[in-house]
This record gives sequence, structure tokens and C-alpha cells, in this order.
Amino acid sequence: MTHTALPRLESAGIDSWMVRLFETIEENNLLWLSALTHDCEVAFGEALVDLVPSYTTLMVTFDPLRISSWEARKRLADVLANLVPDDAGGEGELHEIATWYDTSVGPDLERVARLSVMSVEGVIKTHSFQEYRVFALGFSPGFAFMGLLDESLTCPRLNTPRQKVPSGSVAIAGQQTAAYPAVTPGGWNLIGRTAARLFDRNREGFSLLKVGDRVRFVSVDRQTFESEGGDPAPVEPANEEKSP
Amino acid sequence: MNPANTYGFRVNRAGPLALLQDAGRFGVRHLGVTQGGPADLHAWAWANQLAGNRWGSPVLEVTFGGLELQAECDLTVAVTGGDLSAKHDTLPLPMWRRTRIGKGERIIFGAPARGLRAYLAVAGGFSAEPVLGSVACVAREKLGGFDGQGHRLAEGDRLSVSVPDCAYSEAVEAPECEQPDYSGPAILDLLPGAQIADFTGRSLYDAFNCEWRVDDRADRMGVRLIGPALHCRIGSMISEGISLGAVQVPPDGQPIALLNDRQTIGGYPRLGNLTPLAASRLAQCLPGQSVRLRPTGAERALRKYRAFIDQFLA
Repeated sequence: MTHTALPRLESAGIDSWMVRLFETIEENNLLWLSALTHDCEVAFGEALVDLVPSYTTLMVTFDPLRISSWEARKRLADVLANLVPDDAGGEGELHEIATWYDTSVGPDLERVARLSVMSVEGVIKTHSFQEYRVFALGFSPGFAFMGLLDESLTCPRLNTPRQKVPSGSVAIAGQQTAAYPAVTPGGWNLIGRTAARLFDRNREGFSLLKVGDRVRFVSVDRQTFESEGGDPAPVEPANEEKSP
Repeated sequence: MNPANTYGFRVNRAGPLALLQDAGRFGVRHLGVTQGGPADLHAWAWANQLAGNRWGSPVLEVTFGGLELQAECDLTVAVTGGDLSAKHDTLPLPMWRRTRIGKGERIIFGAPARGLRAYLAVAGGFSAEPVLGSVACVAREKLGGFDGQGHRLAEGDRLSVSVPDCAYSEAVEAPECEQPDYSGPAILDLLPGAQIADFTGRSLYDAFNCEWRVDDRADRMGVRLIGPALHCRIGSMISEGISLGAVQVPPDGQPIALLNDRQTIGGYPRLGNLTPLAASRLAQCLPGQSVRLRPTGAERALRKYRAFIDQFLA
């Protein structure tokens, strides 16, 4: 199957269009997605219901009682024809997430170290060294998929997800990293924990992180973590096979 | 603002799953917050209409039955959707019509006879504080419901009702043609999506010509369909937004139709989207029931949807 060139408008039901901008995950995608998101807000106004940006796409959901699918498609085509990357706003807000890296709250630190052939210290240094971008939110409210992780750290998901990952857990999987906003099941490798409130229904905007934001994890000690309201309750190590 | 609230019902027995649902939570999908709202939009809308409520008023969605409520004052209610053997004290509760419930009288849901979810609307609407703009109850996200924390009903709960300001509709009974027979064969309209041509010819034939059986892995997030394995040339994709009714096909070839509480993004190829009314119909299917998928066009699907909604916005 050959598809037409990008960008492409794809039907996603009677009330949604998928705007596909890219085929691969690149940081520069965010400059375009940010501009597209803004322009769609303007173009759809009251008829807009939801915008879901994610890695390479923007899903636009509109009110089918106000505008038809065809009208929506026309507006999107106009937006795309005039789209310029958002070099200013596309940079995103920078957040520093204070993280207590420790094997008690990051029980997969040793597994990650073993698979990455480095020391636990090395894992912590590598993870907290660089700045990440938020590519998508999903899985649970405020759960931000961030990347891209240094290739030396890439580590597959656990074979058996944990039933309960504590909230604030900082984790990695593949080339991505995240912090769990709430207690949920999860299959990522836990390497630390933050006291930051990632999702708060009483905060303006609700989610600490948004698509396009920049994030740096800052290593802090237990005392700092606890003074910020962090819960130091340990997690059981994952029950994974030692060999491949 | 709602007029003064009064207690409307006391929960004598909660049953397995009774949730408060308004039209859903919108404008927050980009934060990873799901849509929520009634799994069966059709029955939910009729419940409000017959109770004289405006579109979007909070209604109880009762799944499987088992709920017993006692009225704490005289109330007007309407029950629509699946036949869960509901009784008004000892007598069968008439469905799809307006009914008076006296103070102290009970509404008792039994077991599913036809369909899976009943909708109970009360004149004035149930009353709860919205969270992120909606009272839609999503347990997984701990959002909405009567307490705002996403809890399903529990024994002893007292359910607050807004005092009706005026009747938005005079309809007393839903027309016969609007009362589906959920035990009959379900034919689900599907709008083909962007990856449809990436499925093999054989799989497309099977998708639209074979019977699909509703699996017992079915909830408000999605309903798995069992049948011939469908093969797609794309195994998995970079995660992207998922709209209501999306029918995704994971590598095992067994499609999953995604409903109101679906995750906001996902990375499996999709056959397309069930129309909102087809998603409503699927939400009434019990495990083991068979369904068929029927391709439809965007214009036709939109016309049907608008004609449906127009009945309530007049």
C-alpha cells in the first residue's frame, strides 16, 4: 500500500481527523505540532472539542453538529497550507524534576545497570544529564512520554508489568522516560521517585507537563525528597529472569 | 447554577457497577484524560428526554443490574437501555417512559434479560460537583461521580438530585422504533479508517462478512471481538490519538472496539471507527452475542447522527 505524501489528513470517525505530519520521531516535530495545535484552535474556535498531539500526529476532534467532516477537512487543509514552524513557542517550558534515585524506590536500577553495562551511578548520571522533550501524554492523566533517552540506557519493558507502580515513580523503557502521576499498573523500569505533583485537579491546566515541554531530572537525596512531601515506601524488585 | 439540591435516593444495595455519567469530559484529552460519558449514548439521551431534562444532565448508568435505590421524596424518573429486570417495589418498572416514584418506594434492578446497561434519569438530574468540567465517573482515573473521586455507587450512599426548574421535554414515552431489541443481531456501522488498505484482502472480506462474537473481555474501555484473525501489513505504529469507536487490531488479529473510557493514545492499526450509534449498540451486547460490521460512508453516518441528536435539541 502506498500512501500519499505527508502531511496527510486521515479520517478518524465522524467527528475527528488525524493530521499526519511525520513518519519518524524527531525533536523538530514539536515545532510543527505546536504551530499546528495553535492554528487549529484559531481555525475551529467554538467547534473544537479536543486536540491530541502525539509524536508525529495531531488528532483533531470537532463538534459534528456545528461543522461537517468536509468543512473540518477544508479548514485543516487551509491551516496546513499556511503552516510555519513555531520557532518561539515550540521550545516549550522547562521543568526540573527533583528525583531521588535509589534502589529502594527505583528497584530496577540494578537491572538497568546490568543491561546497560554500567554502574548504578553511571545510570543515574546518564539519566539526569540530558534534557528531554515531552512527545505525548496518555496512558493515564498527566503521564508524559519523554525522550529521547541516551542510547546507552535503552532497556526493554519488564516482561511482567507491576500491578501497582507507586505515584511519582521515575521510569524508563526503550528510548523513553516518564514519571507516573498516580498509582497504576506499569511495565517500565523504575529507577527513582519524585515528589512533584504531576497531575493536580486543582491546578490551572491540571497537568504539570504538556506536549513540547522540556524536562530535566535533578538528582536529590532522600532528605530533600521527603522534605518535598515524597513517600519513601520501598518497592519490590521485579521478578525478571536474570539471563536474556 | 443548579437550583437547590435535595437528596433523591438512598442506595440500599449498590450492585456490581453503577456510575454517574453526563455527556463526558471534553477539552482535556491532550492531558491523557479519557472521555467518559455514557457507553450507550442512545439510551442515555432518551432517559434524560423522558425525565424532562436538558441534554447532558447526569444520569445513572447501571451495568449488570443489582442496584437497589429508595426514594427519599416523590420523584419523576425514566429508565431506558438494557432490560435489567427492573422493578418498582414489587411490580415491573415500565421502561422507556416517564414514571412517578413515591417517597419510600424502591427501584430494584435484577439481572440482565436483554442488553447490559440501563440508564436511570431523574427529573432535574442527579447532582454532583464537576471535576475537570464533568461529573462523568471514571474509576481508573479517580475522576467524577458523586464524590468527585471516581467511586462507583456504594451501599448507604445518598444521591443528590437537582430540583427541576422546568421541563425541557413533554415526551412521556419513547416511540417504539427508538426502543432497540438488544438481544437481536447487532449490525454495527463502521467508517473505514486510514489503515484499512493495509489489511489483506482476505482479512477485509472476513471483517465485513463474518460473524464476530463479543468476548468476555469487555468493559467501558473497549470490547474485544472474537473471530477469524485479521492480518495487517503494519504490525504496530507510533502511538497517536484514538477517537471514539476506533476498531484497533493488535498482532493477534482479534479486533478491539474502543469505547468511552479508552486510553487517549495507542499504536495499533485500525480498521476504522464505529459510528457513535454503533458504539452505543455494541455497549449493550453481552459476552457471547454475535455482531457484524458493516462499512458505511461519512456523509450517511453524519446524517444519521445529526437526525438522532436533533430529537433532543429541538
